[in-house]
Amino acid sequence: MKNKPHLDEEALAELRDVMEGEFKLLIQTFISDSLERIASLKAALNAGDANAFCNMVHSLKGSSINIGAPRLGTICQAAEMAGKAQELNQASILLIAIETEFQIVSDRLRALLI
Amino acid sequence: MEEPAADNYSLKVLIADDSNSDRLILKTLLIRLGHDVVEASDGLEAIARFEDSTPDIVLLDALMPRMDGMETARQIKVLAGERMVPVIFLTSLSDTDALARCLEAGGDGFLSKPYNRLMIKAQVHAFNRMRLMHQTLTEQRDLIGERNRQLMEEQEVAKRVFDNVAHTGCLDAANIRYHASPLSIFNGDVLFASPRPAGGMLVFIGDFTGHGLPAAIGAMPVAEIFYGMASKGFDGADILKEINQKLKRILPSSMFCCGAMIEADFKLNQLLLWNGGLPDGWLIRASGEREILPSRHLPLGIRSADQFDAEMDVISAIPGDRLLMMTDGVLESRNSGNDLFGETGIARALDAGGRQQHPFDAVMGGIRRFTGLQGGNDDLTLLCLEMVDEAGFATLSDRSIPSALPGPAEWHCIYELREHTLNTFSPLPLLLHICMEVPGLRRKSGEVYTLLTELYSNALEHGVLNLPTEWKRTPEGFERYYQERERRLRQVDGHFIRFGLYHSLQSTGGRLRIICEDSGTGFDFQSHLACAVDGSPTTARNYGGRGLLLLKRLSKSLVFHNQGNCVEIVYDWHSSEISSNLVESQS
Repeated sequence: MKNKPHLDEEALAELRDVMEGEFKLLIQTFISDSLERIASLKAALNAGDANAFCNMVHSLKGSSINIGAPRLGTICQAAEMAGKAQELNQASILLIAIETEFQIVSDRLRALLI
Repeated sequence: MEEPAADNYSLKVLIADDSNSDRLILKTLLIRLGHDVVEASDGLEAIARFEDSTPDIVLLDALMPRMDGMETARQIKVLAGERMVPVIFLTSLSDTDALARCLEAGGDGFLSKPYNRLMIKAQVHAFNRMRLMHQTLTEQRDLIGERNRQLMEEQEVAKRVFDNVAHTGCLDAANIRYHASPLSIFNGDVLFASPRPAGGMLVFIGDFTGHGLPAAIGAMPVAEIFYGMASKGFDGADILKEINQKLKRILPSSMFCCGAMIEADFKLNQLLLWNGGLPDGWLIRASGEREILPSRHLPLGIRSADQFDAEMDVISAIPGDRLLMMTDGVLESRNSGNDLFGETGIARALDAGGRQQHPFDAVMGGIRRFTGLQGGNDDLTLLCLEMVDEAGFATLSDRSIPSALPGPAEWHCIYELREHTLNTFSPLPLLLHICMEVPGLRRKSGEVYTLLTELYSNALEHGVLNLPTEWKRTPEGFERYYQERERRLRQVDGHFIRFGLYHSLQSTGGRLRIICEDSGTGFDFQSHLACAVDGSPTTARNYGGRGLLLLKRLSKSLVFHNQGNCVEIVYDWHSSEISSNLVESQS
């Protein structure tokens, strides 16, 4: 999963083209939604709710792919599979990877807005 | 684009996705494509938005809080009812089970993440095309349904009009059994029956090519001609000629009418039959013997008047003999194995019925057993006419409706037939028609017709042709009589028959005076009358006893003039009489 880039520059260029003036809003929305999701993922793991974890990490995967963050999407995919297999230890390891990758992605996205 | 309008249309698109950023991207893409967007962030909200904004297309995320995409799709499809609202799932699902569940829930397709501008445009376009096609189909289905309803309504009206023109006449007579669908007219089948003014009856059974209104339209003039001419005393052959000529003129060449004319004469105990294109007729003798009466003519409406052969076959038939006629539908009845009932079916049914069962019941029963349909096939007409004793045959009302006009009261006319016209033309329908203009005489059409017929045949056969009655007493003489009649009819140069009709009103009703004069040599009426009035068997040289007796009984007075070649009859009618007929006066 390491060979996928943090950001898909081409996809982001197209998004910027489509969104025009709302590109900034899109990036802000993605960042704040994702922060919320990551917090919920933690809560789900603490509660041992694999099902809720799966659904939420699935959504995060979808929006990561759409925003042009393929590596984050791939990690989410692995976490979703772990959740489905009820491997909560593996899931919590991957959640840490998600947080780390999200930090990188959100920094770079913010940088695009300047 | 291959469709110029494709870029110009604008749809209302409902997007339901709990991811704000995904929804924002999709919404922006759709607005750029020119569509209106309604947003929902979960399934429940999507249903509420669906109800209040009636979108054309719905885009649903599969996994959403509160209500997931599949349940939402199911409910939206129910709410849409007959309307085709495409539901497209937005998904990053990769497992095929989950994708299949989306389709089972009513989903019509997928859009996968990441969104691609061209894919979205193509998908929305494709589903819109499907939506429009469905809409067109629904509209056309409704239109066809409406047209069909209209057609049924029109047929109902047409049937009511037709039933008034082509009423069943005297089909209810005790000697007739028949089966005809109430809507048989739209199968092209017709069945008419009319009493003849001088006794006996005429029946016409027909089967037009084609179905529906076109078949019914051809039947209207046939009914008019049949009832109009039958009540005026025309015979079967004349009516057939008229029907054939009319149909030939008005019907397109692909349309014609298979038919049979049956003239039943209970006085002479004979049946006259003309079968043009209908299945074989079956004559079932009182003795149980059967005779097949095949079609010997082309259907009506094909041949031109000069090529048309209206000659009817003469069949002697005694009371108890029964004639079965039918349309194609009888032979074409099919069983569950798709076999035809056919003529073997009829023979078998008649065999099974034996001597006890009425042949009509035997054949109807046979068809029911064969087809397994209790109501029978409704596309067939079956008729059975039974010969009856003249005396036991009650004359039937011909349902002719009295004219609203008062008609002529004081009039006279002279009508003279001359030369070879005596050989080719019968003046009787015309003379009867003139008399029937008087409302008071219309109820007495049978008697008036009988008077005219007897006067005319006496004037022609015994006056002009000078044929001796005695010849008819022996079988050899009978044949000689008719051969001689044929021969002498070709030699009528210088001859005439002259009818004088005089009508006037009286205080109690009216008086019709008929003077019939011929160019013959006359006869010794003095001695003849004496015998006839005695009631003793007449041996008079010229006059048939029966005809003269009948004239005497029906009229107020009967007087011979000149040397017996001029007969004067006085006939009174009374306004107090409501109905009267030949049979009553004879019995």
